Amino acid sequence: MARMKFLCDSDRCIECNACVTACKNENEVPWGINRRRVVTINDGKPGERSISMACMHCTDAPCAAVCPVDCFYTTADGVVLHSKDLCIGCGYCFYACPFGAPQYPRLGNFGTRGKMDKCTFCAGGPEADNTPAEFAKYGANRLAEGKLPICAEMCSTKALLAGDGDIIAQIYAERVTRRGYGSGAWGWRTAYKEMTTG
Amino acid sequence: MRPLLKRLRGVIAALLLGLGLAAASLPASLPPAAAQAPASPSAANEQILFNYLQGSVQGRVTIPDQKSALLIQPQGRDFQHFWRTTLKWIGGVAIGGMLAVLVLFYLIRGKVRVEAGLSGRTIERFNGFERFAHWLTASTFIILGITGLNISFGRELLLPLMGPEAFAAWSQWGKIAHNYLSFPFTLGVLLMLVIWIKDNIPNGDDVKWFAAGGGLIGHGHPPARKFNGGQKVIFWLVVLGGGAIAVTGFIMMFPFQFVTTMEGMQLATQLHGVIALLMIAIILAHIYIGSVGMEGAFAAMGSGKVDLNWAKEHHSLWVEEVMSGGRGASVPRGASKAGAD
Repeated sequence: MARMKFLCDSDRCIECNACVTACKNENEVPWGINRRRVVTINDGKPGERSISMACMHCTDAPCAAVCPVDCFYTTADGVVLHSKDLCIGCGYCFYACPFGAPQYPRLGNFGTRGKMDKCTFCAGGPEADNTPAEFAKYGANRLAEGKLPICAEMCSTKALLAGDGDIIAQIYAERVTRRGYGSGAWGWRTAYKEMTTG
Repeated sequence: MRPLLKRLRGVIAALLLGLGLAAASLPASLPPAAAQAPASPSAANEQILFNYLQGSVQGRVTIPDQKSALLIQPQGRDFQHFWRTTLKWIGGVAIGGMLAVLVLFYLIRGKVRVEAGLSGRTIERFNGFERFAHWLTASTFIILGITGLNISFGRELLLPLMGPEAFAAWSQWGKIAHNYLSFPFTLGVLLMLVIWIKDNIPNGDDVKWFAAGGGLIGHGHPPARKFNGGQKVIFWLVVLGGGAIAVTGFIMMFPFQFVTTMEGMQLATQLHGVIALLMIAIILAHIYIGSVGMEGAFAAMGSGKVDLNWAKEHHSLWVEEVMSGGRGASVPRGASKAGAD
């Protein structure tokens, strides 16, 4: 079985934000929520890099560990998903997430949060695959159609890679070897701890 | 399987070499543009940046949600560990330990009796407003405590019994109750602070009271005014602990409004959990001594009128004060006259 991961090659990312837009369009993401975002480090200085970041679908996911109602689950492909029917919008997953992935539509008074929304690796949710109910809550389920996440699929510089961790790591390693430099697989050490001990 | 693992190991080794070392220790191989960049800190390498920034990596985003500029915060893993392990141990030991101590205390010491027996005459201890402030705080604290414990321990204790749907529905209502009842709870704590602070300033009597074991250990009853040393401790724990829970709770309820950093929000959440669990343990002792633990104690907050003999034993100086002021004591119908017993 594949172990799905994202890898952003920051030496290729040109901060076009097309991944952000494509994600919002494909999944009809609620207003005010960005499942994917592009962060620019050292903006305007030498060594500037942009990294496209979303849920990394962590091993031993912190969000799932702190959830008081246990609404997260990991699919056979290693994708971390959650049930919006069970989520109570407590916000703890946002504090535990190393990547700022969980977001909440603002409801009513105070900071009252609605059901958490995050990147699904274009894999929908607990509902039956590609049903209207699934789309309304979680967006597209491209994985069930045999496709990869739209953000990586349409990345014009192929900076953003999505797919089986071993395969995208190999593609990246080949790039690094060929061009002679690489700034690392952002977030992998935090998301998939085993990489550091390998 | 073997060859695959071997290939994987090769990939990982290549990755680590490519990622970690290329940027850090092989500057000669960098292209000219990158070579001109100042050496430290290189934006290109995550590990170097982490070490330089000592934690999270912050950048710039072009979307309105500016807190999403925080690219990576590895301390989320620490929050995970705290929430899953540390907090559950603190809460389990504090609350479980307190229950065990109370049961043991009851078995060994038994109920603290009024040694002179009940007199049948009462003296007003708390007026209606004082009792309102107490029960406003107490009733909301119990609901806040139960719904809060549900957040801390419900996943382990209740979820397997109730099933995911029922547990999620109950937790959702619990969260709403927890959020809204925070306001009357805070009001109750503030009211108690205002009406009782003058009687709760620590003084020399409290030292003697604690030196004598507060009458709990042994059988002497050290003199006390309206509040004895133990009650003053509870008062200040409630005011300071309850205040801390309220402040951290409001920070959590208005996320990133009062406190704008991720570390601040995480700290507030952790403090709220720890202080609240300790307060629950402390208040369990308060509930014990105010109900089954001591004869005649509950009436103080129940009817507001306590038995005169109870008052003389536990708050001798306060009784003298009230009696000399000529207010407070009332004779219930059918009771013998003052001095007759």
